[in-house]
This record gives sequence, C-alpha cells and structure tokens, in this order.
Amino acid sequence: MTDIVAQGNGNTASYSVRAALRRYWPAIAVIAFAIMLPWLFYDWSKGRHSGFVVSLISQMGLMTIFALSFNMQMGQAGLLSFGHAVFLGLGGYVTIHALNAVGDGSFWLPMEIMPLVGGISGLTFATFFGYMATKQTGTAYAMITLGFGELVSAAAVMFNGFFGGEGGVTANRMVKASLLGLTYGPAIEVYYLILVWTVISAVLMLLLTQVPLGRMANACRDNSERAQFVGYDPRMVRFYQCAISGFFAGIAGALYAIDYEIVTYDAVGAVLSANVLLMTFIGGVGVFWGPVVGAVLITLLQSWMSLISNAWLIYVAFLFVVMVIYAPGGIAGLIMAHLPIWRAGRVAALTVPYLRIVPPVLVGIVGFVGLVELTYSASIGRGQGKVLALFNHAIDTGSFLLWVAPAMLLVCGAAVAASQRPAFVAAWAAVSDETRAKEPGR
Amino acid sequence: MNAIPAIALRDIHKSFGATEIIRGVTLEIQRGQRHGIIGPNGAGKTTLFNMISGRLSVSRGQIELNGQPIHNRAPHEINRMGLSRSFQITSLFHRLSVFENVRCALLWSRGYGYSIAHLLNKQRDLNTATAVLLERLGLWDRREVRAGLLSYAEQRALEIGITVAGGADVVLLDEPTAGMNRNEADHAVALIRQLTEGKTLIIVEHDMSVVFNLADAVSVLVYGQIIASDVPERVRTNPRVREAYLGSKAA
Repeated sequence: MTDIVAQGNGNTASYSVRAALRRYWPAIAVIAFAIMLPWLFYDWSKGRHSGFVVSLISQMGLMTIFALSFNMQMGQAGLLSFGHAVFLGLGGYVTIHALNAVGDGSFWLPMEIMPLVGGISGLTFATFFGYMATKQTGTAYAMITLGFGELVSAAAVMFNGFFGGEGGVTANRMVKASLLGLTYGPAIEVYYLILVWTVISAVLMLLLTQVPLGRMANACRDNSERAQFVGYDPRMVRFYQCAISGFFAGIAGALYAIDYEIVTYDAVGAVLSANVLLMTFIGGVGVFWGPVVGAVLITLLQSWMSLISNAWLIYVAFLFVVMVIYAPGGIAGLIMAHLPIWRAGRVAALTVPYLRIVPPVLVGIVGFVGLVELTYSASIGRGQGKVLALFNHAIDTGSFLLWVAPAMLLVCGAAVAASQRPAFVAAWAAVSDETRAKEPGR
Repeated sequence: MNAIPAIALRDIHKSFGATEIIRGVTLEIQRGQRHGIIGPNGAGKTTLFNMISGRLSVSRGQIELNGQPIHNRAPHEINRMGLSRSFQITSLFHRLSVFENVRCALLWSRGYGYSIAHLLNKQRDLNTATAVLLERLGLWDRREVRAGLLSYAEQRALEIGITVAGGADVVLLDEPTAGMNRNEADHAVALIRQLTEGKTLIIVEHDMSVVFNLADAVSVLVYGQIIASDVPERVRTNPRVREAYLGSKAA
C-alpha cells in the first residue's frame, strides 16, 4: 500500500525544475522565440524595428490571452459564449479612461500594472453578466451571451460619456508613469509589456486548470448532474469560471487599449466575439495551448494574408468550416492525435495513406483559391480597377478557359480526395486504435 | 429502539401529470442497515431514489435524512448532508481519467470547495486517499485511462467508487450489478460489501440473489406502494409478495 501511496503522489506531482523543463520545453522555446522575434526583423541599416512585425506580434500576444480566456469557458467548462468581446472591450474602455486620468495627472498608476485595471474591470463585468448567464448552460447560455453582446454594443453607441460614441475613446499611452523608467512611446516597449503579461496570464490560466475549481469545471462539462451528486453546485462552478475568464479577457482589453491607444465599439462587438471563437476552434478547444495556436495563426492570416489577397476572409471562414467538420479538435487536436502514434513509432504506417490523400487535397485547394481569386477579381477587383496577376503576368478574367482550369482542379482534386478518404480513415483508425488504448485522460 | 433513522420516508407521493407513480410510501431505514428495494419493472424504484437524492421533487410527503428534512432540496445540498447515490445508467466524468474521476468525488468532502489556491497534484492526503480507493476498486492499474474508455464492468466499479468516495454515511445504489454476468456480479457484491462497511446502504436491484445475499432487510415496491418490508427470509415467504412479484418470476 505504501508503494501505491508513493506512486499516487509521485507520478502526478513531480515539480522539480528538471521535470518542469522536460515537460514545458516547447512553451519555453516559444517564449524565447517571442523575445527574439522583433530582432529577426530589425532593420540594421536604418536602425529601427519593423513596424509591421512589432504591431503584428503585439496583436498576437493580446489575442493569445483573449483566446485562452475564451477557452476557460469553452474548452474547460463547456460554455459556448457568443459575447466574450464584452469583457475585452469593457476592460479596454476602463483602461483607456485610466490612461487619460494618469495622463492628466488626476490619477497615478504605472504602465506596468495598468493591465490589472482592465483585468479587474473584466472581472467585475463578468461577475455581473456571468451571474445571470451561468444560470443556464448549452444553447441557452450561448443565447444569453449573444444578448449581452448586443446589449453592450448598443450601449456603446448610446452612452457617449463613457464609450465616446462612434469615434470611440482615444488616449496617449506616453503618460510618464513607469516603474522601469520607460516611456512606452516606441511600439517595441509596448510589445515587451504585452509579452510579459501574456506569459503571466498564460501561466496563471494553466495553473487554474490544475486547481479544484478548474477540475470541477471539466467535471461539470462532462457530466454536470454527476458533479451535483459529489457535492458541487454546477452553477457556481460555471459562475466562478466565467468570472475568472472575464478577468483575463479584461487584461487582453487593457493591452488592446495600450497598444492601439483607441477603443471603439468594435472592441465589444459581435465580430470580435466571433473572431475569438474562430481562433479557439481552429487552434483546438481540447488542449490548453490550442487557443494559442489559433490566436497566432488567425492573427497572422488577418494581417499578412490580407496583404496578399483581398479575399482572405473567405479563406479563414473556409478553414473554420473545414476544421469543425473534419477536425473538431482543431490543430492542437490533430497534433495530439498524432503524438501517441509518433511515440509508438508507427508514423511509417501512415506515410502512404498521407501521400495518397494530401496531393489531391492540395490540388483541390489550388483550384478553390483560383476560383475565389478569379471571382473576386472579376467582381470587386474590376470595379476598383485592379488587374489579377499570376507570376507577374496580367490575367484576363474574361477568358472562359481561365475559369475552366481551376474549376477542373477543384472538382478533380475533391473527387480523388473523396475516393481516397475511406482508405485513409481505415488506415488511421487501425493505427490509432493500436495506440489509443494507452492514451491517458486529462 | 427510538434512534433517529438514517432515512425516513413519510407518506411520499409522486405524480407525473395525472399519473401517480409513487402512491404513499412510508419507510424507515435504521443506521447501518443494508436495505434492499425490489419490485417489478415500473414499480417506481428509481423514481423513489430520484426523490430521496433530490433529482426529482416530491409531490407530497416528507423525506428525512438523520432527522433533517431533505425533500425538494438540491442534490448537492443533500450530498453535503451525507447522502450519496449511484446511477443505473453509468454516470461518470467520461473525458477525465479514472484517477481524476475519483479525485473529483473526494474534493468537496475534503473541504476544497471552489478553491483556486490549491494545486491538486500537491495535495498529498487527497492523492493518497484517491490512490487507496483506486486500489480497493481494482482500478489502480487503469488510473490514467479515460473513464469513457473503460470496460463496462470497470465503469460500474468506478461508478460505485465515485459514490462512496466522499464518505457519505448513507449510500444509495441503483442496480449496481445491472448488465453483469454472474462472476462480475459476485465480484461487485463483494466490493459493495467491503466499501459500505458500517454505512447505511439502500440498494435497488433486479437480481434477487444479490439482494437476498446483501440486504439485512428488504422492501417490496409494487405500483408505487410498499407491500412488504421485513427481513429477507420472511419477505421471501410472504404470500402477497410471491403473488405480486416472485410468483410470476419464480415459475
């Protein structure tokens, strides 16, 4: 028995530095990379940072916090919210007023802890809204949060004193209040502020998955009735989880306010609420770091792909639909599904099935992209006097053949992929069944 | 013999619309007793359990747990007062590991509440208690498997484990051996006997041999009324019971 006792504690509770390194090295590597990243794009000849890159990765950081906080409800407690931007936006509004107050000297707070203003605001509003919304679960919860989102959006254009009307509220973040003597004028200083708060928030949210409340949130997600019969009130579990999630969304909102120096009603709006849902699902709701992947990827697509193609929104939407249908666990879910197979050394068994299904899928995607770009160019693009170019050759969208080619690629690619799918699914099932029985639960 | 009963049902009624399922049940179960409830299909056994455990409201009548009224209270409140139940259809936290399932069932009774200040893996006493219970359930080797992936018999064992984990002194088991073969059922009975030592046990069961083997007293529920409540030997020979229930089956 003492053996079991020792194991029961030992194998789940090794918190030595070496064990932590072994377990968390990917996260540490990501953080190290994030610290170095601005310098990889540093323009040494002009001696300045790439404004585009710094602004992009700043946004990635705050969206990472936002998506992780969304997943505290979605993935961990099974609560689908359509109004999560409310907490980011309100946290942002309070922070921008706090910035202005510090700026005109009526209030003093160093920039380094300014995000807590947003956090506490987010917590306060999430306590208020969450108390009502968490009376329900499932579809009803989603509807209530949708309603709150619309309510706050409507309020944002009605109450000009706080929300600044359609123009929003602006501020100057150079308020000369810093513990480190920084001005926060240069975007790079703001980036490191965001990075530090992203790491702090992510670590705290990770720890919150390992405490009684977080575990019971999982339990209520799986079976809220059973949770009642082990002494927990699922409603209170949902309420606390929702409130804490609002705290972190508020921190993201504060960083949003500091980064952009303006908060408008967009920050509480349905588009941002939908965006965080998109990020979280594409990244993966079932794994803690899934939303990080989603936030980084979608932010990248939004900023970088929007430079390449005006039709980028269609691609994001398409990606979302495809992920939800074929990989409901998101990117993180796909990776986690492959890990046991990789560990068992059975990747070779999947090589051939992958080689047979990936090329037709890629062909289909090329066809799809071609059609979307042609359609866009022939409609909106022409109106703007733009010319579609492929490999620097102008393309005449009026040519019939030009439409047939991508259509053929799409149809043939999809048909071949569909014909290969049963074989792929069977091969996948065989290999994963082999390794799955040993897969641990969470 | 005037001790406060562990469970007292006083003229309980339950109607669904115009249909009266439970039609006046009065029953006292003394502390430490193992009480079996039997009856034909549709007699209202599970409905009775659902009312005692707070899953269903009571249309009329009173239920007391150790002298305290509990009817129409929320399930988690009743659980905190010392009553725990299992389900006829296995009810687990299916995406959590076996270890986490048992640990979740221990949390409230150990005073963790909704804490965000205790890292679960650092709670030595909690993890030790989880490990000890898993060993008694025979599930220690399966502790890292998702509960939803366990075999049926293992899920039933875990179901009982979750039910007794919190240390409730009144335990309600709803058909714990349903769907098991003879061998598995015998194993489950031994497990129940061991885990509910010194507790008050109320068990609904279809398998007669399980009830007569395990119970100190048996009540027979037919059409929402108790027609006999006595020690197993006398219930077995009770003519009304034979007519209403055993007679049709024993043939």
